[in-house]
Amino acid sequence: MAATQRYAEIRSRSPGYWGVLLLLAGLALVGFAAAHHMDVEGHHVTGMNNQVVWGLPHVFAIFLIVAASGALNLASLSSVFGRAAYKPLARFSAVLAVALLVGGLAILLLDLGRPDRLIVAMTHYNFKSIFAWNILLYSGFIGIVVVYLWLMMERRMQAFSKPAGVAALIWRLVLTTGTGSIFGFLVAREAYDTAILAPLFIVMSFAFGLALFALLLGFSFRFDGRELDQSHVERLRRLLGLFVAGIFYFVLVFHLTKLYGTQNHPFERFILTDGGTYTLLFWLVQIGLGNLLPLAICFMPAFAGSARALFAACLLVIAGAFAQLYIIIIGGQAFPLNIFPGYEVESSFFDGVIADYAPSIWELLLGLGGVAAALLLALLALRVLPILPEGLPAESD
Amino acid sequence: MANELDKIEVKPARRQFLRGAAALASVALAPGLLLYQARPAGANVDSGVRWGLLIDANALSEDDVDACVSACQREHGWRAEDGSATDAQWVRKVKLRDRASGHTRFLPVMCQHCEHPPCVDVCPTGASFKRADGIVLVNKHTCIGCRYCMMACPYKARSFIHEVLKDQLPVAPRGKGTVESCTLCVHRVDRDGADAVPACAEAVNRAGRQAIWFGDLNDPASGISQALREFGATRLRADMGLNPGVGYRGL
Repeated sequence: MAATQRYAEIRSRSPGYWGVLLLLAGLALVGFAAAHHMDVEGHHVTGMNNQVVWGLPHVFAIFLIVAASGALNLASLSSVFGRAAYKPLARFSAVLAVALLVGGLAILLLDLGRPDRLIVAMTHYNFKSIFAWNILLYSGFIGIVVVYLWLMMERRMQAFSKPAGVAALIWRLVLTTGTGSIFGFLVAREAYDTAILAPLFIVMSFAFGLALFALLLGFSFRFDGRELDQSHVERLRRLLGLFVAGIFYFVLVFHLTKLYGTQNHPFERFILTDGGTYTLLFWLVQIGLGNLLPLAICFMPAFAGSARALFAACLLVIAGAFAQLYIIIIGGQAFPLNIFPGYEVESSFFDGVIADYAPSIWELLLGLGGVAAALLLALLALRVLPILPEGLPAESD
Repeated sequence: MANELDKIEVKPARRQFLRGAAALASVALAPGLLLYQARPAGANVDSGVRWGLLIDANALSEDDVDACVSACQREHGWRAEDGSATDAQWVRKVKLRDRASGHTRFLPVMCQHCEHPPCVDVCPTGASFKRADGIVLVNKHTCIGCRYCMMACPYKARSFIHEVLKDQLPVAPRGKGTVESCTLCVHRVDRDGADAVPACAEAVNRAGRQAIWFGDLNDPASGISQALREFGATRLRADMGLNPGVGYRGL
């Protein structure tokens, strides 16, 4: 099958297709304008403050960066693990990985207090900072994946696509380890300070990346009238189920380990029972809608081969992803630092209390703009390059 | 005691040179505008000293701690006007109540000037740095405003500037979009060496009553070292092994 596989640009002229592209472009522009407003006025127009220093933009940015790494899954499965069935999807897998990472990095950059100092970030490196390492890991990832994509697309160079695929696989595992470690290395905060955040972020990347991949694949195929056979849908459905089960497992281990230490009980109570919005998000959206429901959809025989069920599961996984990252990033900061163990603490600087955070419209627009820019970039690439297969018919094997 | 410090901390000749250089470096750019630079660029910070504070919680009343905060605000020009969550606070009054006994006390909490500062470890550009003499600062030219140092600081000592600022003081360069914290009154330290008294200490120390000691922790003969030997001190989050330059007596 692989030898005869043909790829083609998306040619859809349907108003719905162009409408989505225009909407994404509009959202990206609005996001940029929101970032400009934040830059001119200062971060007081956001909900972020000196207690919750990373807010909604970081939830969006880390979602995209983590998903970028996972979007490369199908290319890895094909090039590195020799799963021929995924080969037709490998090119799009690489394109989406780059597009998502660019969108995520754009949000991070535009949220800086001094985005005009990008050149400083590119020229001054503190190699003890995992953040500085991430700057190198992210730029390196884009470079490696672009070369990998070229090797896959250039017929004469296809023999080299396997070593490039291996390099990209290793690089992205390191990259997501780095992203998880941004939090894992924060030894002073009870919500973080654990090595399990690295593998948790890796398995999160698998699921989030695949969910976005499947949705965009379905969108492009539908508007271009390409055939997506049940066998392919079924394969993606089971793969997604496996990854969501992985997330559930690591989240379970994370909380069980924390619960074992008495000093962590206040933090665990905050997330699991007393945290108001955070608790609701955890049980209802992260666990219920984001894990258990997709698991049911992905493993119940009744949904076998159903594209609708797959896309519904993908949307649920993405909703759960945002809840999970919101709890990790913002909940982790809202819980107070324990500077004076054994004392009740009170101050003008919000010591000893759960910090308030209410995201403002500007942050939301910046985050949505970044997601829109990433999706637009991916969809435009599909329009100008032969990335997607002309169809995914039923397989003989 | 001050005389003893003179002998050990900074040689008089050197201090005189520094003072002269500082005077030279204070150049009037225009009427009313003074470019203030106490320690000339190029003059190295002495790596043999380590500046620190000892704060006597037993001696400080609530009013004293308020005085520390106000003095720091006047000295560096930061304000916590409306108590909003975006206000900068270089030093804050913390009220501690012992859960078991109900005993209450008040402490000023600021940057603890760690020997192994996590803010310096995590800063991607190296803007967060520790001087050779132990003072932890933010380079306002290379801070990109990522706030990772604020995530990493165990003491909540840093503030991000959320709005456009006007009328900053020459001794405390501050600007929207960057992070800042207690400088241990570095401008006074660079001007006066071991004789320096940070603004918070100046506000509460009176004749016959020392509540905040400042000095060289490396010098066994310095006042702060002697007080530390005599009274002992608690370091906040000592379990983290950061060896803060600030210690608290009576905690």
